Amino acid sequence: MNWLLIQEKLKNRSAGIAGAGGLGSNCAAALVRVGIGRLVISDFDRVEESNLNRQFYFRDQIGQPKVEALKTNLLRINPLLILEIHQVILDSENIPELFSGVDVLFEAFDRAEQKAMIIESALTTWPERPLIIGSGMAGFGDSNSIRMRSCGNLYICGDESAEIGPEMPPLAPRVGIVANMMANVGIDLLLNS
Amino acid sequence: MNIQLNNSPDQLPGESLTIRDILLIKKFTFPNLVIKINGQLIRKPQYESAVVHEGDVVEIIHLISGG
Repeated sequence: MNWLLIQEKLKNRSAGIAGAGGLGSNCAAALVRVGIGRLVISDFDRVEESNLNRQFYFRDQIGQPKVEALKTNLLRINPLLILEIHQVILDSENIPELFSGVDVLFEAFDRAEQKAMIIESALTTWPERPLIIGSGMAGFGDSNSIRMRSCGNLYICGDESAEIGPEMPPLAPRVGIVANMMANVGIDLLLNS
Repeated sequence: MNIQLNNSPDQLPGESLTIRDILLIKKFTFPNLVIKINGQLIRKPQYESAVVHEGDVVEIIHLISGG
């Protein structure tokens, strides 16, 4: 598929991203660079200095709500992007409402129990809609253990084992690999459906 | 019984097992899981009641913090 056709197709497609941290912010950037037409992004948090080792924010954005800072950065890539942002804490009540109209949904949360919540909530609300999640990306090295496997309409990206901890920080390279792998799965689904 | 567990064939004792039994047998101790039997989502309160039979396709995905 040539680049013009890819842009033409993606212009009419949409994605939801639950979380604007390392996975969500970098996944969003990749989707916008290839021309996704509409994004819905949700996160309650603000940019902190500790985020800059992996998240798509800049030093002068510290203190800003992540969704606001991400909006600025994404619109610098594509000013025509239709972007809906929500600075809220996601829960099983508001997820069905916020992400009702999107073609694919990305889970980009930090903590495992939040990931479980959104996956249950999304799979229950939209059994047919593709849900792309990230699981296992802490530390550095061992790129080849990061992979994608699918289970029906659920797509799991990551090594499914490297948990964050004091000796296993999440860092730009591996988080970026997973974020871009998620975006890659998403555009493959959007372009071929 | 023979089932398909996480895309691989697996042999487990007995003719039927609950999800809770399988978690114990397989020593899956991660607290946050997404489980499907034949594509059907099984929520945590159903782990004791959801039963797996011969030939079923079971997915047990453990979720890892970080993102």
